[in-house]
This record gives sequence, structure tokens and C-alpha cells, in this order.
Amino acid sequence: MRDMTSDGPMVEFRKDLFADERDDNLNEVGKPTRRQDILGHVTGRSPFFDDHLFDGLLHLRCARSPHHHARIRRIDTSAAERMPGVVRVLTGRDVPVNLNTLLSLLDFGLDDEPILSENKTAYRGEPVAAVIAETEAQARAAAAAVQVDWEVLPHVLDVEEAIKPGAPAVLEIYPENKFVYHGKYDHQKLRYGDVDRALAEADHVVEGRYQMSPIEQAPIETCGAIAAPEQNDRYVCYTSTQALFFSLGTAAKVLSMPSSRLHFIGGTVGGGFGGKVDSVHEPLAILGAMLTGRPVKYAWDRAEEMQVGAPRGAERWYITDGVMADGRIVARKFTGYFDAGAYTRLSSYAIIKGVGHLPGPYTIPNVHADVYCVYTNRTPATAMRGFGITGVDFAIEAHMDKVAETVGLNPVELRILNAYRDGDMKAHRRLAKNCALIECAQVVAEKAGVTLSPQMKAASSLRDGGGARAELPRHTATDQEGRVEGFTATSYARKGGGDSPPTTAPPPRPASPPPAASRPSPPAPSQPAPSASARPEPAPEQATKKPARSGAMRFSSLSGFRRR
Amino acid sequence: MAKTPVSFTLNGSPRAAFADPGQNLLEFLRRDVGDLSPKFGCGQGTCGACTVTVDGETHLACLVLAQTVEGRDVGTASGLARGAQLDPLQEAFMDHFAAQCGYCTAGMLISARALLDRNPRPTRDEVVEAISGNLCRCTGYEPIIAAILSVAEGRARA
Repeated sequence: MRDMTSDGPMVEFRKDLFADERDDNLNEVGKPTRRQDILGHVTGRSPFFDDHLFDGLLHLRCARSPHHHARIRRIDTSAAERMPGVVRVLTGRDVPVNLNTLLSLLDFGLDDEPILSENKTAYRGEPVAAVIAETEAQARAAAAAVQVDWEVLPHVLDVEEAIKPGAPAVLEIYPENKFVYHGKYDHQKLRYGDVDRALAEADHVVEGRYQMSPIEQAPIETCGAIAAPEQNDRYVCYTSTQALFFSLGTAAKVLSMPSSRLHFIGGTVGGGFGGKVDSVHEPLAILGAMLTGRPVKYAWDRAEEMQVGAPRGAERWYITDGVMADGRIVARKFTGYFDAGAYTRLSSYAIIKGVGHLPGPYTIPNVHADVYCVYTNRTPATAMRGFGITGVDFAIEAHMDKVAETVGLNPVELRILNAYRDGDMKAHRRLAKNCALIECAQVVAEKAGVTLSPQMKAASSLRDGGGARAELPRHTATDQEGRVEGFTATSYARKGGGDSPPTTAPPPRPASPPPAASRPSPPAPSQPAPSASARPEPAPEQATKKPARSGAMRFSSLSGFRRR
Repeated sequence: MAKTPVSFTLNGSPRAAFADPGQNLLEFLRRDVGDLSPKFGCGQGTCGACTVTVDGETHLACLVLAQTVEGRDVGTASGLARGAQLDPLQEAFMDHFAAQCGYCTAGMLISARALLDRNPRPTRDEVVEAISGNLCRCTGYEPIIAAILSVAEGRARA
């Protein structure tokens, strides 16, 4: 550990725990090692995207909506075009495919977000035009000279306000301000056992409401990209992206060009934390390079990073627990509202992740969750470190403390009592394995000076699991609440049912007709993936007799049940 | 508007370039002089990624007018190493995992070097104070503080 020894050990190994499950002859873990890229960092030579210099570099800057929600009557760029140094002003009509959703590449979500808005803006800071000029100062001045005739619309900033009847529709394709899951429901459902009956039989019912704020990733390097024409009709793009091939695919879709014409260079990211996956800079920088024939840089300044950079989405959770007097939690009911902001980005996926995590690392025989992906006129949300999990985990663990207080148990003991043991059935119908929460809680108690009872000290993740705890509930209460029509379950990227094309997306307007082979091909209608809706709803009795998952079916976190 | 010639010393070597009126030292160093080690993080003097020294004192290059370094001595992270010989601080940052994304590192190193140059045996509090103008969003500050203290206490590999 070089000279680290005097600073004390970095990692404490508990070799007594799970010793037979682990090979302790580790080559790297537990020893300090130098990062492969650190010599570049300490010498200032690591090549971040903005460390690539180009002669004749142009600067792109967006004109943005000052309103939370507004219709665009007219965009007048003529004054901006006459400003000193301005080379070109782009609006939505210059973008070949001016409608995208970030996860469309994974067939997950309707295209909902313009690159440059033409008709309506749904959050403050949404871009409506892009000015390309010789210097950054000129681009900034000209962006301020773009004239927009706005019709200000009523807006909604709160998730529960947004789903009330009569609330302003943030997006026309989701008029109820709710994402549609699996083509069937306006929320993501989890049903396991019969929560209402268990709540009625519980000794205590503990309710809580938890609210998280949006969090900006705030990397020290702001998001950006530089694109330049290359030989052979290709474009090079240096980018701060965290997700190089994701950004490449997004740019190819938005620009309606084969990805073989795009040469993306990344890999050195000045902090990302999830905020650099949204791929909003690369398409515009490349489009600018295509239309001007010169290198174009599009980077946010710090104010833009904070205002329009997509944050971790805010979440609101209501949790109701049914608890027995001895501390066993017998029912847990969630209603969650995830604030997607104005566009889907990664929020619908975050909820799929989050619901898969419920009810937290505890064996609870009755679990019920309704989780809504709600659109509001706030900055769109995106990825950030464990997004979809972190927020609800805060709610769950805060609620565990509340439960402990209600039943008069030590909070650490309450967790040990209810923790998953190996072999327990989880609410998403898989057996728990490699559990270690009990051991972690025991170490935490020891470090924090919390005295545990002899039983809790002796508890183990390896014992007392399985058996009756491995069984599925005898009855699972299901319902059709939140059922929607008009969306197909075979694909998230279709609305209107069957093989009909999307009815809401305007037709792409490529700047020049691309070769047919280069167009992103829609899923072949002749071979639709068998969907959840094609499967008969299992009767509760059937569900009790056989495992929820047969070998032929698998659950995809992206697409629900799919037949292999 | 006319550009102004600016002659100065960069990491011990004489340099000259033309500065635009009102251009800040960060843009001047990066675009016109070609030293890319100071980084743009905020442009408003809050993040410290562009920290450089002018006549041995730390400054935020985004807040310094390029023309004001005429005749003065500018230091950046690219001048810390002497050929292949790294500064002990650079070695210590590598050994202590004191960087993850690396974007704040050049500014951190300049603040740390300036501290040790005027105070070779700083206390932990003095180290914390010295890097209080440099934001890091990845590793947190503990490995950075440990790296700087290891040099101050002579524990680092020279």
C-alpha cells in the first residue's frame, strides 16, 4: 500500500463472514492501485473534449424559452442572422428528424422531444433556435436577438397537480401527463399477495410521505461536443458523453444518417454522474458542421448546466406498512410519483428499476405498488447515480425508522428481523440469494455502539430463510385500475395499435434523402414479440400452483415479459 | 478591435501571443498560447479548475485579464514536472487516488504547490483552507488532503 499504511487501512475485511463463499487470494482488491489514466490527469494532459483545437472553430449557442410552458406563434431569426460574426441560425426545420426520445434506441418510449422546438416549449430553457457564430460572445449576443412570439400557456410543476383532471397537458402524446407502461397501464404496477387484507389484520398501520428534490449532477466540466467535417463525407465528434455509442446512435437517428459516417471520440469525461448521457450536444454540433462546413463547438456554460442540464428526477412516495406487534412487517403499500419533467428521457426506465427494487431488502409477504411517471413543466430528468433506486430507498429507510419507533424496536433490530434471508421469495417473484444485509446491520450496530439482543446478534443471512418463506402468496389481488387503450404492448414505440405507424410523430424531414439502407428500420411487423397482453391473465389459483416464471418467459427490465 | 501583444513567462520560459481586448487569461492560455492544463468549469471564479499562479500567487485565470500578465511569471500544472521528473505532489496524487475524472486536478495541484512553496509544513487545516477554492465532484476531498499532507510530512516518494 505504498505510503498509505500510516493513514490506516482503507478497507476492513471481515474474513469471518461468508468465508467459504469467497476466494481471498485477491490480486487487486484491498490494495491501492494507480488509475490507468492518472498520469494524464496530474500532468494536465488528459484530452477532454474541449482540449482539441481546431482552426476556424465556430461556436453554437441556443436561444431558449423563458417560460415554463408556451406555444410558439413565430420564430424570427432575421435580426440574429444580421448580427456580427453569425454564420448560420438553425431552427427545428433544419433538423432532419426533429423528434426523439432518448430510449427509442432500446424501443422504450414514444418519440416526444424536439431537438429544437418549433410549436411549443414545455420547460423553461427549452431550446428553440441555435446560433452559430465566429466567437462565443457573438453567438451569445445573436442568440439573445432571436425573436419569438410566445403564447404563454398554463403550467404545472407538481406531480400530483399534474395528474388531476383539467391539468395542463405537458405533452400532447400523453394527455394525462402519465407515461404508459407496457402499452396497458398509466403506471407501473407491482402486485404480490393481498395488501389490503394484511393491513386490516396488522397490529399497527404506519403511514408516511416522502419527498425528494431534483439534484443536478454538477460535473466540473460542463457538457459539450465539438464536431468537424472529416474526409470521405464523414464527421468527427469529440464529446464529453458518458455513453459514446448511445450518443452515436442518437446522432445517427436525429441526423438521419448512417452511423458509419460519424466518427465519435470520447472516453475522457470531466465528471458525469449520469448527467452526460442525454446526447443533446452531439447532434446539433454535427448538424452545424454539416451546414457550415466548419468545426462547430456546442457546450453549455455553467448557468445552462445548472438550469437546463437534466437532473436526477424528484420523487414523491407514500408508504403504508402493516406491522405486527413483534416488529414483523406483513404488508407494504407504495404509491410513487416520479417527476419526469417535460420529457421522458430516462424516467420511465428509472421507475422500472425502482419497482424491481421494492419493497426494499425485506421479506414482506404482501406488497403493492402503483408508481407513476408524471410529466410536469420542469426541466426533464435523467440519469444520476442509482437513479430510480436512491430516492425510494431514502423513503423506505426513513419509513423503517418510523416503523421501529411505532412498535418500540431498535431500528437496527427491526431491519435484521425483516431482512431477506437466502432462499426467501421476493416480491418480484425471484428467490433471494447472496443476502448480506443482516451481517452489514450487525457490523453497523457494533461500530455505532448499538446493543443488539442475543437473537439479533446470532441472526444470519444463511439461516431461517426459504421453506415457507420461499412460497408465493396463495392469492394475489389484481386489478385493472389505470388501464389505457390505444397503445400496443408489443412495442413502446408505437401508438394506435397493431401495425399502424405512429400517428403523432410528424414524418421525418431529412435535409437530403439518405440512402434507404441507412434509415433506422422499424421492428418487423411480421414478427412481433409476443407480448404480455397476448398471454391470458393467469387466474390467482394458477399463480399459486406454479412458479411465476416458466423457462420460456423472461422478464426484461426494458420491455416487460418477453418470450424467448 | 486591435489585439494586444502580451509577453510573459510561462512555467519559466518566455512566451508571447496576441490577446483580444477583454480576453481572460484562461482563454488566452488555452487558445492562443496552447497550454490546455487550466480548465473551464464555470467562468465566474467559483470552481477553481482554472487556477494558475501569477508571480507565485494563485489566481483564477477566468477572472484575470490576459493583458495584465504582461512581463509577469505565470505557472500552470503543465509546468510542475521537470521533464520526466514529476513533482512530488503529482506522485502523491497518483498514489493516493486523489483524482477520478481529473478535471479539477490541475487546479488542485496548483493550489497545493503554492501552499507548500510558502508553507512547507502545513497543518491539515491549512491544507483544507488552501484547496477551499477548488471544487471536486468525484473523489471527495479526503484523498486529496491525504496526498498533500503526505508530501508535507515527507512520506511521499520524491
